[in-house]
Parts: sequence; C-alpha cells; structure tokens
Amino acid sequence: MLKKHKPKLAVWKFASCDGCQLSLLDCEDELLAVAGAVEIAYFPEASRATMRPPYDLSLVEGSITTAHDAERIQDIRRVSKSLITIGACATAGGIQSLRNFADVQDFINIVYASPEYINTLATSTPIATHVFVDYQLRGCPINKMQLVEVINAYLNGRKPNIASHSVCIECKRRGTTCVMVAHGTPCLGPVTHAGCGAICPAYNRGCYGCFGPMETPNTSALSTQWHETLGVDKDDIIRVFRGFNAFAEEFRKESDYYESAK
Amino acid sequence: MSSTPNVGEHVIVKRADFEQLLDALNARNYQIVGPTVQEKAIVYDEITSVNDLPIGWTDEQDKGRYRLKRRADEALFGYVISPQSWKKFLHPASLRLWQAEQTDDGFHITETAPTAPQYAFIGVRACELNAILIQDRVFMHDTYVDPNYQSRRTEAFIMAVNCGQAGNTCFCSSMNAGPKVSAGFDLALTEIIEPDRHEFVVEIGTELGAEVMGEVAYQTASQAVQEQAEQIVTEVASQMGRLLDTTDIKALMYRNFEHPEWENIGNRCLTCANCTMVCPTCFCTTVEDVTDLTGQQAERHRYWDSCFNMEFSYIHGGSVRSSNKARYRQWMTHKLATWVDQFGTLGCVGCGRCITWCPVGIDITEEVATIRKTDSALLTRLREK
Ligand code: SF4
Ligand code: SF4
Ligand code: SF4
Repeated sequence: MLKKHKPKLAVWKFASCDGCQLSLLDCEDELLAVAGAVEIAYFPEASRATMRPPYDLSLVEGSITTAHDAERIQDIRRVSKSLITIGACATAGGIQSLRNFADVQDFINIVYASPEYINTLATSTPIATHVFVDYQLRGCPINKMQLVEVINAYLNGRKPNIASHSVCIECKRRGTTCVMVAHGTPCLGPVTHAGCGAICPAYNRGCYGCFGPMETPNTSALSTQWHETLGVDKDDIIRVFRGFNAFAEEFRKESDYYESAK
Repeated sequence: MSSTPNVGEHVIVKRADFEQLLDALNARNYQIVGPTVQEKAIVYDEITSVNDLPIGWTDEQDKGRYRLKRRADEALFGYVISPQSWKKFLHPASLRLWQAEQTDDGFHITETAPTAPQYAFIGVRACELNAILIQDRVFMHDTYVDPNYQSRRTEAFIMAVNCGQAGNTCFCSSMNAGPKVSAGFDLALTEIIEPDRHEFVVEIGTELGAEVMGEVAYQTASQAVQEQAEQIVTEVASQMGRLLDTTDIKALMYRNFEHPEWENIGNRCLTCANCTMVCPTCFCTTVEDVTDLTGQQAERHRYWDSCFNMEFSYIHGGSVRSSNKARYRQWMTHKLATWVDQFGTLGCVGCGRCITWCPVGIDITEEVATIRKTDSALLTRLREK
C-alpha cells in the first residue's frame, strides 16, 4: 500500500477544565492507534514538541471568554483544514456561560481578591459563534469512544456514527428502567442528546443533560410534566436547565421562560 | 413422579414443587429468563431458582407512572407486566452482525453474529405471546427471514402465565390479545392462591411441554379446578384499565390524517421514542458500520431504532417527518392502520407499555377516542344535516 501522508492533529484549549482533552489521553489502547494514524503536531497537554501550522485537524476545547481568545480562535481557524469542537464549553459555552444570565462584574467582585486584574468578556460563547465549525462533539465531558469515532470518521472520510436522539433510547437499549416513570425522579433524558450511554439513570439518578439538547427537544412539555406531576418547583426547573449546557439555545429558552414568569 | 401428560391436558403443580419445573428446564440447558425485582420494578432477566421470582410483589401502573408494591400474599406472578417485553431477548437491542477485514486480495467477512442463546421464558403474558406472533410474521414469514430472530425464536421454550389481575393501562381485551393465553405456548399456567392453598393449573401446549412436565410432580386437574382457573382469567377480562374501540379503526386513522388532534399531541410529545422501545411489536432497527483507525478491520452493528428519530426518515436533503406531530402520527397510524396493510393484523396488542412508559403519559387509547369523537367523516355528516 502507498504510504499516506499522516494528517497533522492539533489540540487547542480555551476557557475549560481540560477534562475533554484528558479524555483523549485517557483513551489508552486507542491512543496508540490514534498516535499511529496521525501526527500529533500541537497538543501541549501531551507533549512539548510542536510542529508549525497548518494543521489538518484541530480539536478545540473550551469557550470564548476573553477578547484575546476571540482573536486566537480566528488564527486557529485560518491554519486548520478541519475544526472540530469538543465538549459542552466549546459547543455551548459551558458552565461558565452562567455569566450570560447575570452581570459578570458581580461575579468578578465576589470571586477575585483584586478584581482590577481581571479582563474578561461579559459572555462565554461557543466556538461556532466565532468561526465556522466542521463538527461539534457534545458532552461534559465528551465520551472518549465518541472522540475516537470522530477522528476515525475524519481519517476514513466518512460521517461519524454519532446519534442525536434522546438519552431514553440509550436507557432502553441497555435495559435501564425509566427513573422518571418508576421512581418519580425528574430526568432530563427525554430532551438530552445521547452519547454518554445513559450512565446516570443506570445509577438511579436523573439525567443532568451533560450532552445538551437532543435533535428535537420538547423542553416545555417535559418541564410541565415535572412541575404538574412530579411537583418540581419553578426555581428548580431553572437550575436544572442552567447546567453545563445552560447557553444551548433550547435549554436557555426554557430557563428564560421560567425566569421571566417569576 | 408421574408419567408424561398429554398435550391439551390440564394438571396441577403445587407451589412447593414449582422449583422442579425450573430444574427440568435447567437440565435441558436452557438459559432461563423470568421476572425479577430490580431497581424498584419487575424486570425480565436471567433466573436460576424460584427465589429469584418477585415473590409477593406487584406493580401499579398508570399513564407515565409505575410503582412497585408489596402484595398481601406470596404470589409468584402477582404483577401485571414488566417495563420491557421479551423483545429484548428475541430481537436484541444491539447486535454485531459481522466482522470483516481488508487484505491484499480484498474484503473478507471473518465472523458473523454470535450464536444465539437457547432461552426458556417464564411468565409470558397473553398479550406478549400475541406480540411475539406478530413479530414472527415480520421476521420469519416474509420474503426475507431474519436469521438472528429465527434462531432465538425457534429454540425458545415458552411458559406462559394467564393474568390474575389487569393493570390500569391494560387493554388487551379490546385488541383480542388476552388476557387468556390461547396459542403458541409450551406450558400455560394459572396461579391459584388462597390462604391455605397455593398451586398452578398448567395447560400442556406441546410435546416438549409435556416432556418437561413429565419430570415434575403433578396431579391431574379436576373439572372444578379447571373451571376455577378459567374463572380467574374471565374476571380479569372485565377489569381492563382501558378500552380501545377498534371498529373500523384502519379507515378511521386514514381519513383523519389531517385531524387537529395530531398537532395537539405533537405539542405534548417529547419525541423521546420510549413508546417504540418498550412496544413488544415495534421492530425497527438501524445499522452502523465501524472501522478501526486504519480502515483495515470493519464491523456492522444493528441497533433498535425508532420512527421518532430524525435520522429514521432522513433522505437526501433532510428528514421527511420533521415535526413531532408527523412522527407521532406515523407511530400510531402504523400500529392501527398501515400495519394491517403490511402484515394483515393490527400492530398493537394492548399491553399498555407505551402508556405507562411515556414520560409525559400520552395515551394511545385516549387519542383514538378523541379522534373518534371528532372524526372528520362524522363531522362532515353532521354538517350536511
Ligand atoms: S402500541 Fe402500546 S399498547 Fe400497543 S402493543 Fe405497543 S406498547 Fe403495547
Ligand atoms: S411504530 Fe415506528 S418504530 Fe414501531 S414498527 Fe412502526 S415505524 Fe417502526
Ligand atoms: S408518545 Fe410519549 S414515549 Fe412516545 S415519543 Fe412521545 S413523549 Fe416519548
């Protein structure tokens, strides 16, 4: 077989906790295969050696929260043939997007001893707000097998096998009894994008919505059922939708609706 | 121990001898599956002894609601129905269909689907048995046979149980699918439980059932006991939690394709697909091909899919059924109308699972009633008057 040119992979970090990049390092067996299939050209978390741009594939973790980062993402886009965002921060703004619902200055004053050193934007926004993104991988954190699948699909020139239906389907396929119906536990599964394998319901917890909204989320029908049948109060509904994917459009609309009704 | 009974005969097995039934199946190397208590529900899973059964437990079901409850007695089959049906064994939720590799001289299949286990199902209800017969039609009695289903199905031993109580979401009577088990079983039990008496009236359905029974201590059932068993299931028929009027149902669905109720359901439906996953007749799947990073090894997997998923109706340019309304309508119309054109029967057995396990409690029986009440044909007739 012809020796193919190995694609150059870069991994970039913006405002985030590093958890998603760690998923790549956490791939263990698969990591060796990935390392064999691509040239790891820029991945400070894994290696100090860096190669010069351009890059074939950039994985971007984190959201845009500073003016500097807003410029940096433009540069990265310019030198990347394909750009894939990984995780809830990069894809939806992350937990730090809670600032979008309040005045960021208030947070700064509470959190930092010397607020005057802090130079930040008023919002935390997803990468796709700033540049064109080729694919968005969901999750807080991402599922490492899905990350390998996305890289694999990229290398083989095919569409990734990543379903955007509800978490419920993952519960049913693995045989987990519905925690909402059988236990009365509020669960975001019906409106949440699959991908985690329905971990929380398997441990008798409601879904926290880590993978963000599913393809056609009917958030209002779900929250109505929570409120009217399970007795969840409206403040709790706001809190639940304001998690790692608070700024994802359909979740944001739902929490905003309950807030404006207060 | 007695001799082997005849097919069609009714015998009595005492509660104390019930374990012998499982022993006889164990000895034949069946993987025995039956009701067990798990995570506050009665779930079908592997069992090894009678102690794994939900002794003294029952379930309370309503739309969007299920609760496990204690019974006053020690019944083995004193519950209504489990969250998921036997479909999960006969038509697994995920299955690797084959593995292949690419070598210098081309593409080769190296392994096909793993061999199917030989199951013995304990506690199959009448509606569930009818659902299996419906899936037989889909998977085995058409131009293309699904070998994965066929091997599981033809090897399976079926110990059915007549219902001793109806659930609040049950409507098998309306669908002519229960509560009495009438065909397709090896053995069919009716549990009789009284303060000083606990036994099972067993109807022998097949030679295999008779052989198994021959290894168990039993007595012949008197006419009186048979009548008592019959009486139990007759009473259940009158206790159905719900009704679905199937008069002219196919035409009703077709002529109300544009009924305003679809929009109303669409506003409530989460498109979560739970109803299709738990439905014992829903059969749809998707296949996924995966390769390793080098592209040299490939596998094909099959997963349960649903008409509530966007990808399901995706053709070039987008999904055909993009609204919630269109997807719910597809599901209900398939169950109650297009299924008839496709397979000659309705696609619903009235097990009530889609009602109980819908997180927002959408109820197929209520929806049919609403559409019937405001049937477009009826409205036209009224207007003409
Ligand atoms: S449509 Fe509902 S009631 Fe009918 S067989 Fe399916 S799950 Fe049971
Ligand atoms: S109702 Fe939907 S998922 Fe069920 S068999 Fe019909 S098309 Fe398939
Ligand atoms: S009818 Fe209920 S279970 Fe079915 S997709 Fe809609 S919300 Fe989900």
